[in-house]
Amino acid sequence: MSDVKTSYDLAVIGAGPAGLAAATLAARQGISTVLLDEQPAPGGQIYRSVTETPVRDPKVLGPDYWHGAGLVKPFQESGADYLPGTTVWSVSRNLEIGLSREGAARILPAKHIILATGALERPFAVPGWTLPGVMGAGAAQVLLKSSGLVATGNVVLAGTGPLLWLLAWQYLRAGAEITAVLDTTPRANWRQAMPHMTGFVRSCYIGKGLKLLLDVRRKVKVIGNVTALRAEGDGQVRSVVYRQGNGAEQRLPAETLLLHQGVIPNLNLANAIGCAQSWDDAQRCWTPQTDGWGATTVEGVSLAGDGAGIGGALSAEHQGRLTALDALHRLGRIDRQQRDRDAAPHREALEKARQGRVFLDTLYKPAQDFRVPSDDTIVCRCEEVTAAQVRDAVKLGCSGPNQAKSFLRCGMGPCQGRLCGPTVTEVIADARGVSPAEVGYYRLRPPVKPITLAELASLPKREDEIDAVLHH
Amino acid sequence: MFRRLHDAAGERVPFTVDGRAAEALAGDTVAAALLANGITVCRNTPVSGAPRSPYCMMGVCFDCLVTIDDVGNRQGCQVRVAPGMRIETQDGKREIDR
Ligand code: FES
Repeated sequence: MSDVKTSYDLAVIGAGPAGLAAATLAARQGISTVLLDEQPAPGGQIYRSVTETPVRDPKVLGPDYWHGAGLVKPFQESGADYLPGTTVWSVSRNLEIGLSREGAARILPAKHIILATGALERPFAVPGWTLPGVMGAGAAQVLLKSSGLVATGNVVLAGTGPLLWLLAWQYLRAGAEITAVLDTTPRANWRQAMPHMTGFVRSCYIGKGLKLLLDVRRKVKVIGNVTALRAEGDGQVRSVVYRQGNGAEQRLPAETLLLHQGVIPNLNLANAIGCAQSWDDAQRCWTPQTDGWGATTVEGVSLAGDGAGIGGALSAEHQGRLTALDALHRLGRIDRQQRDRDAAPHREALEKARQGRVFLDTLYKPAQDFRVPSDDTIVCRCEEVTAAQVRDAVKLGCSGPNQAKSFLRCGMGPCQGRLCGPTVTEVIADARGVSPAEVGYYRLRPPVKPITLAELASLPKREDEIDAVLHH
Repeated sequence: MFRRLHDAAGERVPFTVDGRAAEALAGDTVAAALLANGITVCRNTPVSGAPRSPYCMMGVCFDCLVTIDDVGNRQGCQVRVAPGMRIETQDGKREIDR
C-alpha cells in the first residue's frame, strides 16, 4: 500500500453497498477518499465475495446478489484508495481513525467520516443456541457465498424474516437438502401487516418475494406457527424441539440448526464514537440518530446504510450516495444547491426502495417469546449469563444494560454486547414493565474490537513516524 | 457437517489443524476451512469449558477463536487460510490457567 496517504478528506468505513456507493461518488468528485473494510474483498455481507466467489453457477445465489458486482467495478475505477483486511477499533472526536492492518496499528486522520457498518443478525437466544452445529442463517450464507459450502445431514432452518427464506431458496438451488423450515412468524403479524399491504404490492419485493416463498414451500416441509424452540445435544446439536401454537412438544433430528430472526444495525462503532441513538419500536432495535443526509449527532461523522436503520441493500446504496453528497457539501466541494440538485434522483430511488419496508417489518417482527427468552436460556454467549440471572439482577435493582454489566459481566466479553445487547435490553424492559427506550443500552468505549498489545506497541507516536508507517 | 458444492472452483491450500494435514479451497477463511474438514468445534469456553463452533462468520461473535501459527485468540472467520498455516483448536480453560 505504498499509495496510502497520511490523511484523507473522506474516510468511509465498510465496503458493503452503502460504503461502495458513497466512496465511488465522492472520489469521482476529486476529493481524497479512502474505503476501509474488515473483509479481504469488497461487497460487505450482502454481496460478500461477489468478486471472487467459488460458486460458479449464477443461478445459485440469484440476480439480487450479482447486482453487487455492478457496485464494485465503478468503485475500482473511481480513484478512491481501498484498504481491505482493516479493522477499525476507534474514531476520536477529532476524526482520527485507529485501525489495525497486517498486525500493525496506525492512526489515520480524516476531515469527514462515513460509517457504513451495516447490519448483523438479531440475536436469537433459545435454549441450546450455543451448541456446536447451531449457527446464524447469515453465517450459512457467508459459507455458501465465500466458500461454496452447504450443510449436510439433517439441516433445520428456524425463525422468521426474508433472509431465512432466501437462504432456503439458495440451498435448494445449490442442490442442498433441508429437513424442515420451522417458521416462527407470529400468526397475529399477518393481521397487523395487512394495512401496509398497498406499499408492499407497489414495491420491488413482492414479485420476487412471493416466487421465492412458493419455490421453497413446494420443495421443503414448512412447519408454521412455531411458538417455542430449543436445541438439544451433548457437545453437538442432535435435535430441535419445538411447539406449534399451543400444541405438544415435537422433535426433529438436526445436526445443523440455522437460526434467524431479522437483522439489526451494527452500531458498536457509532455508539463508541458517542453518536446518540434511539429505540426503534417498529424494528425493535437501537438505531443511531441521523438526519435526512445521514449526519449523526457527532460533527463530521455520518452514517449510511443498514447501520442507520434497516432498509435493505438497495436503500443502502442510495443512502450512500446521499450521504456522500452531503459530505462533499460539508467539505466545501459543492454548494448547497448543487447538493440538493444532485440528490434528487437518489432521493427518488431511495423512496422507491423503501416501499414495502413497513409491511416486511410488521410481518417479520419476532415474537415476544423469542425476543425475551425463558429463564434457562443463555443470553450472553461470551460470559454465559442466563436470562434468569438478568431477571435476578433486576430484582436486586439493576435498571438497565449498563448496570447488568457490572452485576453480571454480560456485555463485557469480546463480542462487546453485539450478541446479547438487544436481548438484555428487552429482558430488563420486560421485567421492569417499561419500554426498552427507558432501560437504555450499553455505553461502549473504544477499542470496539480487541487489539493486541503488539499492535498497540506498533502505533507510531510522532507525525514523521506516522508518515513512515503509512508509506512503508 | 458441511460439504463443498461440486462446481466450487479454486486452488487447493494445504494446512494443518492440531498437527493433522488438511486441505482448504483458496479464499476459505480458517473457520470455513475447519468446517469443510469436518471440524465443528474451534474452542472450549473459558467460563464453563463448553465447546463452541463458529456462529456468525462475520466477525461479531468471537466463537471461532483459534490459535494460528502460535498466536492465540484469533478470529478464524476473519483470517484467510494460507499454505502451510498451523491451526490449533483452543481449550479456553487451559489458556486461562496457563
Ligand atoms: S464466527 Fe463469529 S466471530 Fe467468527
